[in-house]
Amino acid sequence: MTVATASKPTAADATAQEYLVFRLGDEEYGIDILKVQEIRGCDRLTRIPNAPNFITGVTNLRGVIVPIVDLRVRFELPDPSQDDKTVVIVLNLNDRVVGIVVDGVADVLSIDVDNIKPTPDVASVLSGRYLLGLGVLDSRMIILVNIERLLSREEMALVESAAESYIDEHCCA
Amino acid sequence: MDMNDFSQIFFTEAEELLAEMEQLLLQLDVAAPDLEQLNAIFRAAHSLKGGAATFGFSALQETTHLLENLLDQARAGERALSRSIINLFLECKDIMQAQLEAYQSSQEPDDARYRYICEALREIALEGQQPAPPAATPEPAAAQPVSAAQETETSLVVTLHNVGEREQTMLRDELTNMGEITHIETTPDSMTVTLLTTASGDDITAVLCFVVDSKQIAVNPAEPVTAPAPEPDQKPAAAPETVAKKVSPASRAANQESGSIRVAVSKVDQIINQVGELIITQAMLSQLSRTLDPASYDLLSGCVAQMERNTRELQESVMSIRMMPMDYVFSRFPRLVHDLGSRLNKEVELTLKGGSAELDKSLIERIIDPLTHLVRNSLDHGIEEKEARVAKGKPVTGNLTLSAEHHGGNIVIEVSDDGAGLNREKILAKARSQGMAISDTMSDDDVWMLIFAAGFSTAESVTDVSGRGVGMDVVRRNILAMGGHVDVLSTPGAGTTIRIILPLTLAILDGMLVKVGDEIYVLPLGAVMESLRPTDEMLCRFVGEERLLQVRGEYLPLVLLRQRLSVAGEAPADDGIVVIVQSAGCRYALWVDQLIGQQQVVVKNLEHNYRKVPGVSAATILGDGSVALILDVVELSTLNVPQPQREGVIA
Repeated sequence: MTVATASKPTAADATAQEYLVFRLGDEEYGIDILKVQEIRGCDRLTRIPNAPNFITGVTNLRGVIVPIVDLRVRFELPDPSQDDKTVVIVLNLNDRVVGIVVDGVADVLSIDVDNIKPTPDVASVLSGRYLLGLGVLDSRMIILVNIERLLSREEMALVESAAESYIDEHCCA
Repeated sequence: MDMNDFSQIFFTEAEELLAEMEQLLLQLDVAAPDLEQLNAIFRAAHSLKGGAATFGFSALQETTHLLENLLDQARAGERALSRSIINLFLECKDIMQAQLEAYQSSQEPDDARYRYICEALREIALEGQQPAPPAATPEPAAAQPVSAAQETETSLVVTLHNVGEREQTMLRDELTNMGEITHIETTPDSMTVTLLTTASGDDITAVLCFVVDSKQIAVNPAEPVTAPAPEPDQKPAAAPETVAKKVSPASRAANQESGSIRVAVSKVDQIINQVGELIITQAMLSQLSRTLDPASYDLLSGCVAQMERNTRELQESVMSIRMMPMDYVFSRFPRLVHDLGSRLNKEVELTLKGGSAELDKSLIERIIDPLTHLVRNSLDHGIEEKEARVAKGKPVTGNLTLSAEHHGGNIVIEVSDDGAGLNREKILAKARSQGMAISDTMSDDDVWMLIFAAGFSTAESVTDVSGRGVGMDVVRRNILAMGGHVDVLSTPGAGTTIRIILPLTLAILDGMLVKVGDEIYVLPLGAVMESLRPTDEMLCRFVGEERLLQVRGEYLPLVLLRQRLSVAGEAPADDGIVVIVQSAGCRYALWVDQLIGQQQVVVKNLEHNYRKVPGVSAATILGDGSVALILDVVELSTLNVPQPQREGVIA
């Protein structure tokens, strides 16, 4: 893995932030590197019954039960296949440990605030509220994701209506 | 050391002192108080006062001071005690506790309550000091000079060894709070202060103990240079005597304490987690070693077997750290019964049995509320009023028994009273008026279980004690959540017993591993009744898709685990096994593909990183390192079968 130096080394302190860049299909996405706990290969998963399809299951990370979200399914990418580059990025979000499956980790980049463009207003699978903006570095465009919001408890609870009605019923009872 | 650390120590100690005080007050025989007990209560109040003074908790200090004066008179035999005085003392303890809590959260305590209790205590103090019968005061002569010494100012020489300059400043401030410093001599590591004070030597020691060790403190009466009191001869003799008298019980307490240490719960939990990991690793090792050729690796398998034993023992010892005696819960009931009994015009004797039975800390904390509720219920609804009891020919004093007993891997806690018992007719009538489906031929046991229904109360009137009908429902739900269950036994006219059965711990579970498709699930062994291979004659069609299983004349709903959990693939045509499960009143047959076996599993929280999954109570890690979900038998039966294709029609 290469760590690219910022274009302006003097400005790298306050205005630049480091992002872990990973690939999903043909696009490049970036998440705040401080949220990343570790990167590991795909382990054996245990399916969670009646969970949303993008939650592929739970795994044992040194004795801690960690849910794994397949971002390729969440972003409705066409072919979520496994190869030797497929990895799990383990994130630590406010003491909650969650793993995400991605097609491969590309880089750690320091992106200056000035180089982050606002997200254009397009209707897509990934609503604008999950995005921090678009990071532009030379000719690359990196989609910066607000991973904390994307993987919040409420989002993870997105269940098919059948299971949802079950929950409603039992919360009200 | 930070002043905060000291205050934290003080808060912990003060809480224990208050608890001890309450316990002793309740044990105290009003007519002939035991001097040892009175002394112990006095000591508790005294240490509290010292601490409160150190930290400038003036309201607490003043309250304890007034209480202490009264207690001092009582132990000196100058004051006869009565029920009402003891009640006031108990109330005082509550207020002190509230003050303590306020100080702990850096707030000022409730001024109105403080003034009220001070007034009440002063009033008692003013009431004629009536000498108690001499029988109750074996050593009044020795005690009297002590109280006299406390009321007049004496000059004491306080010598402190091994104290640094910063501590000296702090200590000097403390001493200034307690009296007038007439002379100070300091060296870099010691300090000698002559203090003109109304406090006694051990008072000063108690206060300074929060800053330095008691061994570093020496308090001696000064030469009677300034003799403000009328009896200068008696005081120097009296002061050392008090010090000597105090030392013996204190050192005795110290000896008892040396047997235990105070450890943060988080540290214990950490050890338990790590041992859990060790068990999993050990299970992996055993599994691997079984695949090896036993002939060439027999030393290794010997070691693995040895390790298995060691880990099991280690696990047992570690789990026992978290175990706490039921006394922790029981100790709060004498007060509750005492207060409620007098308020409800009922005379109740509380019997506690098996307080030494141990239970996991997390469970013991969660059992307090349900148990409190049951005790209140027994007092309010169960035991009759004095007149009613006499009319029925029962002894005037009702009996309430709390007992705890280990029973296999469970603890059985019973709350039983000798009151009126449950009224079958009343319960049935009430249930009918609430529109519950009931029949007159229901068995007594089924009728009794109705009291756990939500919104159910047969009390004629709602009192502030109970009768709102929310409680029993919550009690049952809490106990079920802890993996236990409740039974009711009742005989009209003779009393009611509520029996709670709880597992000893929540961290480890005896499980039955079952397989559906490629997935392994864990059923709590406690819920598994039997398992059998169903024949075609046993399966009956029921409404629509549903099926029933007939076992020895009993028809049970058949739940297909594969379908409930949406496991991919088709069930093997002829294979499969049925597990009959029963938990919290629901009983059904669960169809699985295969039974794998019985195993102790370490319960892992699924909600910490993910969220609650319907039908699943927790997760565990199996010997091969993979995760298996532990099923919640009750929830599973009510779980909606996911039917995506039908949804459009219904909606």
